[in-house]
Amino acid sequence: MADVVHPIHGEVHRHPAPTSFIRKYIFSTDHKVIGTQYWFLALFSVFVGMGLSLLMRLQLGWPGQEWGFLKTLFPTAAENGTISGEFYLSLLTMHGTVMVFFVLTTAPQGGFGNYFLPIQIGAADMAFPVLNMMSFWITFMALVVLMSAFFADSIAHFLNDYFFDVAAAGNVIGPIGGWTGYAPLSALGERAGPGQGMGVILWVTSIALFCIASLLGALNFITTMLNMRAKGMSLMRLPLTCWAWFTTAVLALLSFPVLLAAGILLILDHTADTSFFIPGGEYVNGKLVTEHAGGSPIMWQHLFWFFGHPEVYIAILPGMGLTSHILSTFARKPVFGYRAMVYAIFAIGLLGFFVWGHHMFISGMSPYSAIAFSLVTLTIGVPSAIKTFNWLGTLWGGQIRFTTPMLFAIGFVSLFVSGGITGLFLGQTSIDIPLHDTYFVVGHFHLIMGVAAIFGMFAGTYFWFPKMFGKMMNEGLGKLHFLLTFIGVNAIFIPMHIMGMAGQTRRYASHWNPATGEGLHYLSNMVPLTRFVSIAAFVTIAAQLIFLVNLVWSWIKGKKATENPWEATSLEWTIPSPPPHDNFAGIEPEVHRGPYEYSVPGASKDFLMQTDAEGPVIEHGH
Amino acid sequence: MGKLTGALMFVVAIGSVLLFIGQPLLFGSRLWWFPEGISQHAAAIDAQFLRTLVVVGISFTAAQFALGYAVIRFGRKGSERAVYTHGSNKLEVTWTMITAAVFVILAILGQRVWANLHLNAAPPDSTHIEVVAQQFQWNFHYAGPDGAFGRTESKFIDDSALNFIGLDPNDSNGKDDAQTTSMVIPKDRPVELTLKSKDVIHSFFVPALRFKQDTVPGLAIKVHFTATKEGKYEIPCAELCGNLHHNMRSTLVVIPADEYDRLVSMPAEKFKEQLGELMARYQF
Repeated sequence: MADVVHPIHGEVHRHPAPTSFIRKYIFSTDHKVIGTQYWFLALFSVFVGMGLSLLMRLQLGWPGQEWGFLKTLFPTAAENGTISGEFYLSLLTMHGTVMVFFVLTTAPQGGFGNYFLPIQIGAADMAFPVLNMMSFWITFMALVVLMSAFFADSIAHFLNDYFFDVAAAGNVIGPIGGWTGYAPLSALGERAGPGQGMGVILWVTSIALFCIASLLGALNFITTMLNMRAKGMSLMRLPLTCWAWFTTAVLALLSFPVLLAAGILLILDHTADTSFFIPGGEYVNGKLVTEHAGGSPIMWQHLFWFFGHPEVYIAILPGMGLTSHILSTFARKPVFGYRAMVYAIFAIGLLGFFVWGHHMFISGMSPYSAIAFSLVTLTIGVPSAIKTFNWLGTLWGGQIRFTTPMLFAIGFVSLFVSGGITGLFLGQTSIDIPLHDTYFVVGHFHLIMGVAAIFGMFAGTYFWFPKMFGKMMNEGLGKLHFLLTFIGVNAIFIPMHIMGMAGQTRRYASHWNPATGEGLHYLSNMVPLTRFVSIAAFVTIAAQLIFLVNLVWSWIKGKKATENPWEATSLEWTIPSPPPHDNFAGIEPEVHRGPYEYSVPGASKDFLMQTDAEGPVIEHGH
Repeated sequence: MGKLTGALMFVVAIGSVLLFIGQPLLFGSRLWWFPEGISQHAAAIDAQFLRTLVVVGISFTAAQFALGYAVIRFGRKGSERAVYTHGSNKLEVTWTMITAAVFVILAILGQRVWANLHLNAAPPDSTHIEVVAQQFQWNFHYAGPDGAFGRTESKFIDDSALNFIGLDPNDSNGKDDAQTTSMVIPKDRPVELTLKSKDVIHSFFVPALRFKQDTVPGLAIKVHFTATKEGKYEIPCAELCGNLHHNMRSTLVVIPADEYDRLVSMPAEKFKEQLGELMARYQF
């Protein structure tokens, strides 16, 4: 084990740890508790989101089939044991919203970022601990509001039947506009069909709350990283995880306010008869709409995707940082091209703001701007390719230790390639014409921002669990979990590209019903592929129970973790597992070298910690 | 574990290649692919797709194999130390330049079809048809024997009286216009569509035409293409438009141009009757 030397840099002011249960575990201002809270929130959400996809895959694989248990569970939404159109769309909307906001945006940044950014830079806490606590609790409220959107209709029915009269509605369970909530469908209210009333209002409110929370969080991350680094922790000595969290925070700071504004305008269109997104002369569901005129439906898309595209990078950048970090740790080799990696993160973050239009090639916006967006979109592939090359370069010549976090990091690289490279098709205006809004897109974004990002989270969980909870996770179960999940996600999402080429449309509750011959004839030969994907999804979802079991079992019965079980170099491995309330016991650490000094020639062991004052210092030019 | 993980990367690469280009090898024929293209621009889109597929296929396979190889080759061997290097600027510059060149060339090549479709006006001899989308139904507006479209306005829309598109009853140009819920177009002649929506966003999608365009309320979007093969095709809605989105579809028949000319010179009622017969004549 590492001989950790804490160079006494000087006593700093220490806050005593809180003693009451509420201040310690609920309304805590300790970044580690808050990070863990975010992590649990994401864990809860990811299982909710997965449960929703289970129901969707059941419907897609066997459209029209009557399932007795569905009838029992959802007597109105699945009246005959078959998921209704609006129920399907409500599952889809909730799946997307829960996954994008409360999993992909929450765990990598709010969870791991909160917990480890201050420790990795050598700080005692975040810059604004109270603000940090507020960020979490606003996120928590946003999740509660979103869940209530799912049950808005049931609640309305309940109130209707038992108490007083509220707007009666159909048998839908929640908002049905997809996670993108395109206007005017999302702006017209109940007259545009079931699920467009209270469900949508609660859905937008949840997103608006989430925006506020993310904004506060982003300010905190940026300030913390710029101002609170320990002595010797120069910018180019920061672990790549910190650079990823920092860039993610900058993206969040600049993109969430736009979504917040859009959300507020949408709520006003709903409740105050404004017309930001509703044009004049609408004729909806048999009635002329007279109270709206002059709005622009495409404006919603511009605002949404101005946020939505950076959001993709908000989800994936922390995973990229973590992958670099873990690959280096377990290959026992410095990150290949550290500076190139930092610049590539910046480049992706910057270019990410100029490509939102590639979601809108066929929306009716100017075809000239489509060309501009297409060109920028393909250039964003360049920094992404640089990252891939450098990951391979990091592995090349290494002495790889195949721990579970390492396996998930390797899986991340593979999925990042698979999911990213299909962007070359979709980013081209002409090829996007047939592929837009088909399963090709579904396969593409699930691989890259869905499962690649989730592999990042798994890698982070297996890597940092010992530090967070003081126990080692079971390696055997971890490896089994990796194998089944990696095979599973490829089996689910790669065939989707072929379906999309055949023209299989997104967001359809049913494409072709082989029993009744209803649906789109040209998709009748897709039935076996669709069923295969559904079965692969069931197996993959079941495999996640292994993870859950491992988590609970390890927490209770796991082997006790030492200070530095992975023989890693960054600052979190210089303090006890789990760390004390103020991280470094009031002593500011002093940093003497970069974060990836593995296999340094002449050193007594194969890694030098950032705090190691002794040992060879190798000057390397870039 | 390293060998197994590396092998998995090979499996992913080989499996994908088989699925995308090896289907004839696996099943004797290509079961799952784009439907046969039936428009003038389809061939160009398909060619650009294949060009991209070659670039993507090579990069994808190379990356997965390199990853798999590295994972197998560089597994831990006793207490040996890894190679100590922080990278190579020469390599960084080389691979950045190569990727940038390939991606940018691809992006530029991809614009040609787009420019032809969307930057150029429809040829003057185009046939004009208006498409009006509404929740879960496609409406098509034909100008009739006089070749002039009647005025439409939303205040005249009356779904219950089957005036789905809001044809002005006082406009003489509209007297002979036909409103249909399925579509007929001539073969080998450019067709210009004006796409509108009454309520929410829909998307006009004909996979065989390699054509898709959103219909947006408040906008009249003009697009054009030329169909090159007779037959019957489906028009699904490709943009989420409400609870019955998956049931919103219509049928397109492409017929010889001279037959089309005879058809549209008929009075509206006769036109619709003939259209019904055409639908029965062709099979999907």
